[in-house]
Amino acid sequence: MFIALREISFARGRFALMGAVVMLITTLVAFLYGLTGGLAADASSAVARLPVGSIVFAAGQGSSPQVSFSNSSVGPAQLAAWQSAPGVGSVAALGIAMSRLTSADSTTSVSVLGVPAALLPPLESGSAPAAGQVAVGAGTARADGVSVGSRVTVGARTLTVSGITADRSYGHAPSVWTTEPTWQQLSGATAPSALAVDPGTADTTALDRLQNTRTVGRAAALAGIDGFSAEQGSLRMIQGFLFAVSALVVGAFFTVWTVQRGTDIAVLKAVGASSGYLVRDALAQALVLLLGGTITGAAVGVAGGALLSSGGLPFVLSGATVAVPVLAMVVLGLAGAALAVRRITSADPLTALGANR
Amino acid sequence: MNGLTLQDVVLTYPDGDRRLTTLDRVSLHAAPGTLTAVVGPSGSGKSSLLAVAATLLRPDSGRVLVAGRDTAGLSPRQATELRRDRIGIVFQQPNLLASLTALEQLQAMAHLRGVSAKAGLPRAERLLASVGLTDGRQHRRPHQLSGGERQRVNIARALFAEPAVLLVDEPTSALDHDRGARIVDLLAAVTRDHDTATVMVTHDRGFAARADRTLELTDGRLS
Repeated sequence: MFIALREISFARGRFALMGAVVMLITTLVAFLYGLTGGLAADASSAVARLPVGSIVFAAGQGSSPQVSFSNSSVGPAQLAAWQSAPGVGSVAALGIAMSRLTSADSTTSVSVLGVPAALLPPLESGSAPAAGQVAVGAGTARADGVSVGSRVTVGARTLTVSGITADRSYGHAPSVWTTEPTWQQLSGATAPSALAVDPGTADTTALDRLQNTRTVGRAAALAGIDGFSAEQGSLRMIQGFLFAVSALVVGAFFTVWTVQRGTDIAVLKAVGASSGYLVRDALAQALVLLLGGTITGAAVGVAGGALLSSGGLPFVLSGATVAVPVLAMVVLGLAGAALAVRRITSADPLTALGANR
Repeated sequence: MNGLTLQDVVLTYPDGDRRLTTLDRVSLHAAPGTLTAVVGPSGSGKSSLLAVAATLLRPDSGRVLVAGRDTAGLSPRQATELRRDRIGIVFQQPNLLASLTALEQLQAMAHLRGVSAKAGLPRAERLLASVGLTDGRQHRRPHQLSGGERQRVNIARALFAEPAVLLVDEPTSALDHDRGARIVDLLAAVTRDHDTATVMVTHDRGFAARADRTLELTDGRLS
């Protein structure tokens, strides 16, 4: 690090410029991570935070079940078979539909979930909904000016607000919660969309085969939310491109830097510096640059994200999750730098004596 | 045998379909504490002679012994270690690192030997003082030093590892006559003080006369 640090100090303009580039890319990646997390939560938290292990999707006779909440419908026989299957811990009917909630003040697009009380998010006030009642998220209650006892219209049905829950959402619409029979009435469905299951010791593969159902873990079930995979996939692809761009930019910088240092490298090798010493020194230089750029960039990303999320942008980024892109940027940047500085190993110390041999 | 010894060294380069002989059965012995000047016109093979002695080029035949060690079977890593520990090179152009001060140029030599730069500081200060670089000039970077001062740092750097062999490549080419003469006198002094076997190649016979002995290299042949 002796030479590395002094070169950074001496060529501070060039390293500051490169550090700024790394910082900006990291800020962008941190923003994207936060946005990806925020949009994921906005699209799926109602399902992702259900207190069950698996979701069962079903199809009727003649068609195969898909992981899709909008295409799945659990028939009475399938529900009964799952409920009576040996080893199954618990089975709850789960209805999901998109609708509108109209209060005295406003109208809001909402997702309506029909579930038993055990699957409700934590109640902040009031009680779990009974037939003809609905529990709304705290954010919706605040925005629409409703409270426990208010009358609201969901779809074509007028319901009484029984409680205020923690905020959840589905398909980028805030969730409201009611009983499964009430959900069927207001959604027009004749059967629940899926089953929320604790599989216990049951042989779910055999059950799926017999009942024409498909059981997946809760995380995998998020792919059944319309547009979820495409949205997340697009954002992750952009993240991947940014990581690649970062590695290329850092690699390009160190390629040029190594070429510029060609004489110095030849001289150092001529006076006895090993290639390993010089490569370690160059990588230490890259590490300092990357750590400085990424940590500053992540800090700016987190601070900027906090500012934006206070304005309503879906943004979820914690210290732990920001560590992932920072680490990835550092590792990929080092990989790019390693490719660039490997030309140190082929530098000929003879050139330090001049070409007039 | 200590010092530097070349025995029947032959070095050729490819030149189209044939090979050009640059060093033709060159033999010399430079004893510790002596300054040997090798003079010859441009293209006579002077730099090739230094490159072979510095283990930067492997001869086609013949032996090169540095402080009694035969360099023939050395791996690249061993050759690097030999240069680091036993050979000092004074380059034609000072080739100092632009980012380092004069002191740091020498401390870097300590660092690449696995010694901390701090531990190398006292020796670096002593060496720079011995070549006349004091009064704060040791804290200057190369672009803040004169050509003669840069060459003095170049010499001090080459001496840092207490080398047995000091190889000097045209040390006066970028200097006027007075400063060139002072540099050659300095080389003669450090050769005695540090007991190095010093070989200096130069095209200037006037400077060569200040050495303990002078050899002539013509078309790769030493006489």
